[in-house]
Amino acid sequence: MNRGALYKILPPLIAFMGLLVLWQLCVQGFAIPEYVLPSPGRIAVSIADNWLSLLRHTGVTFVESMLGFGLGIVVGLPLAILIAGSAALERVIYPLLVASQSVPKVALAPIFVVWFGFGLMPKVLIAFSIAFFPVVVNTVAGLQRTPGDMVRMMRSLGSSSLEIFWRVRIPMASPYIFAGIKISSAFAVVGAIVGEFIAATSGLGYLQLIANNNLQIPLLFACLVMLSLLGAVIYYLVVLVEHLVLPAPLRAIAEKEIHQ
Amino acid sequence: MSQDMETKKRGASVAIRGVGMDFTRRGETITALDDVTLDIPAGTFCSILGPSGCGKSTLMSLVSGLDTPTRGEVRLDGKTLQGAFHDVGIVFQSDVLLPWVTVLDNVLLPAKVKKQDIGKARERGRKLLENVGLGGFLDHYPGELSGGMRQRASICRALVAEPSVLLMDEPFGALDALTREKMQRDLNRIWAEDAKTVMFITHDIEEAVTMADQVIVMSPRPGKVLTRYEIDFPQPRRPEIRRDPRFQDIVDDIRHVFQTAGVL
Repeated sequence: MNRGALYKILPPLIAFMGLLVLWQLCVQGFAIPEYVLPSPGRIAVSIADNWLSLLRHTGVTFVESMLGFGLGIVVGLPLAILIAGSAALERVIYPLLVASQSVPKVALAPIFVVWFGFGLMPKVLIAFSIAFFPVVVNTVAGLQRTPGDMVRMMRSLGSSSLEIFWRVRIPMASPYIFAGIKISSAFAVVGAIVGEFIAATSGLGYLQLIANNNLQIPLLFACLVMLSLLGAVIYYLVVLVEHLVLPAPLRAIAEKEIHQ
Repeated sequence: MSQDMETKKRGASVAIRGVGMDFTRRGETITALDDVTLDIPAGTFCSILGPSGCGKSTLMSLVSGLDTPTRGEVRLDGKTLQGAFHDVGIVFQSDVLLPWVTVLDNVLLPAKVKKQDIGKARERGRKLLENVGLGGFLDHYPGELSGGMRQRASICRALVAEPSVLLMDEPFGALDALTREKMQRDLNRIWAEDAKTVMFITHDIEEAVTMADQVIVMSPRPGKVLTRYEIDFPQPRRPEIRRDPRFQDIVDDIRHVFQTAGVL
């Protein structure tokens, strides 16, 4: 590992460790009961004790999240391309889409359960309904980012709209598309969990409800740890794909213009 | 073949005849250009000089065929222009290089779009870049270059497909004064070596006079031709001409024209 990366990782890592130590000391020092706030050590023990069960439920939530997330991309990208490509569609669909976002998707969950039952489907749909919007918005913004002179230059060379789209607009938009996909990846997990809260027979959200009912507070926190890990894994999967797909100069643009 | 090269080298003549251009914005008709007539002989350098919003850029997009005039016509080598005219090279104020493509590949873009022989184009592109001092930056990305270097690369891109007309829309407008002067000298040298027809749009009086064989002075909107000057200093221009009293006379004269027109 090079020095720069070390400098970047080390401070937050030390801060995180410090926080865990402080937490542990507080719980012990003030004799906070386990059912209010378990210590990090106690949570670690709970993870070790329930390892297999946690893994199984994490797997369920992972599949739900990924399906909703994937669906969000598969639907969101073409929709964004249509919106960016047609002024008429932009005027008709885009305001509707934005207005639809004022509906809290979490509140849709009970309705989806009524329509689609207790299985995989409602969770995937809730995850999808939250995940697809950032993809659409960021892709549309990215596609509109190509400077007019760049398009004029291409047209003067005899380039067709389709060629300009593939050769220029899509690459110019790609850092923004990935920014949207990253946000979606986090949203999708939220959607899956909410679905599991409403009605489920498995998944981390379901396990949390069980732990809550049984007053197994350390297990509740163990679920939280697994959820964080799950979110991080999906996020870094996207980062990995971005790394493989985007050429270095475009990634530099993403860092400069989007992440700050 | 060599015959073809010769005619290609000379560039095309540009004739603009009674051209007018109207735009409709929110139901209101705006006249950007009104009755513009001018001639750019093949292989000569013409500066179009005017204040902001005088329709200079509109004039350029008419010559490139990207837009069609509301009135009048544009003729290239005597033929009336209909639809896009792909034998042009365009340089804008912003370099519009593709950020994810190396400098050399950016320069080769026109050859690729036009499906020309890439091997030949690569050789030409490399030569053009070397000629403007970018020989050591072929594999760099645009983001790694300075503004002046990027604009040089974009000029090379405009020239790589050997267009018969080079259209430049305030190409040095975003550069600092020193870089701009250097770019003017370089452009003048490149043009003198390989005389295309150049239409150079600017709002800088000295810049217009320094390089051009002919300066067309335009009025504020609606853009009309106020007057034109033949600049007969020998080409390629020596940097000293800026100190020549005759150069100063022309510059002062144009300034006076702008004062009369209410621009200055």
